[in-house]
Amino acid sequence: MNARAAQPSAPAAANVGIVIVSHSPLVAKGAADMVRQMVGDCVPLAFTGGNAEGGLGTHVAGIAAAIEAAWSEAGVAVFVDLGGAETNSEMAVERLDPARAARVAICNAPLVEGAVIAAAEASGGSSLAKVVATAEELSPR
Amino acid sequence: MHLAAADLAALIALCRAEIDRHGAHLSALDSAIGDGDHGANMRRGLEAVFAERDSIARLPLPAALEKIGLVLVMNIGGAAGPLYGTLLMELGRGLAAQGCGEDFAAALERAVAAVARRGRSGPGDKTLLDVLYPVQAEIVRRSAPGHIAACARSAAQSTQAMQARRGRASFLGARSIGHEDPGASSCALLTAAICGYLAEHRPL
Repeated sequence: MNARAAQPSAPAAANVGIVIVSHSPLVAKGAADMVRQMVGDCVPLAFTGGNAEGGLGTHVAGIAAAIEAAWSEAGVAVFVDLGGAETNSEMAVERLDPARAARVAICNAPLVEGAVIAAAEASGGSSLAKVVATAEELSPR
Repeated sequence: MHLAAADLAALIALCRAEIDRHGAHLSALDSAIGDGDHGANMRRGLEAVFAERDSIARLPLPAALEKIGLVLVMNIGGAAGPLYGTLLMELGRGLAAQGCGEDFAAALERAVAAVARRGRSGPGDKTLLDVLYPVQAEIVRRSAPGHIAACARSAAQSTQAMQARRGRASFLGARSIGHEDPGASSCALLTAAICGYLAEHRPL
């Protein structure tokens, strides 16, 4: 499944964007729905789930498109589920130009809880570093 | 190492055929300890490389390897895409950086190290690295292709006894023991196919 921008996000481009990457298109969409319920459209948000054929999995092009769709000059926080989602997200970030890549963070946080709490933090205008730190507090060190 | 365009195109076709022939087996291995899609993912990746074989084969070897890596990354997906993609892209970049004084073994060593960083894995974690490390060591020793192929197969089999420490198989803990790692298995298949071709067509 290709990336979807969950809502038009133009008015919110000053806030950090949120990207959700799951192996499952349904999980990705469901997590994005929960984020949207929490913060409305004041945070750029996009999600991607599934492999290139729409089955369970992840793929770099879909992740790259989601980062593009949720792009914010303040940066983008990416939330992933299992291993391949993380390494494929790394590959997608490395393919950005370096100035942009430096403004994308892949978060070590649970997908749903991390995305929701990060979006709440982002909606207040926090920096990328603050958004990431808030989400990563959810993960055991 | 110098490869003619025809050799590179033939190697791509050979690797694709090998993965196609063993795709169901790779997925069965993956079903036992993972999500069961390794064969399908590898097939998708090799089909994509095969589709671009003519333009890839026209490139100098370093650029061709980097391009193959990129195509694999964009098409395999899963856990294997970033690992095989990193291996080929770093190998290509390493050979390109060396210019004329190509040292394949040194470039491969750095590429394998990059795969380890990408997967945050090391020896004995039950991954394709458990094939790549011994293969790389044999290449340093300038072993014959037939010996390298046998070493790759035996290394893949030896992952049966290992407990997975990375990837989804690690969720199974000790229950991952007794199954060959699918990534190690595909890596050995590809290594053996390439070595078989080199032994037949380009005696070293």
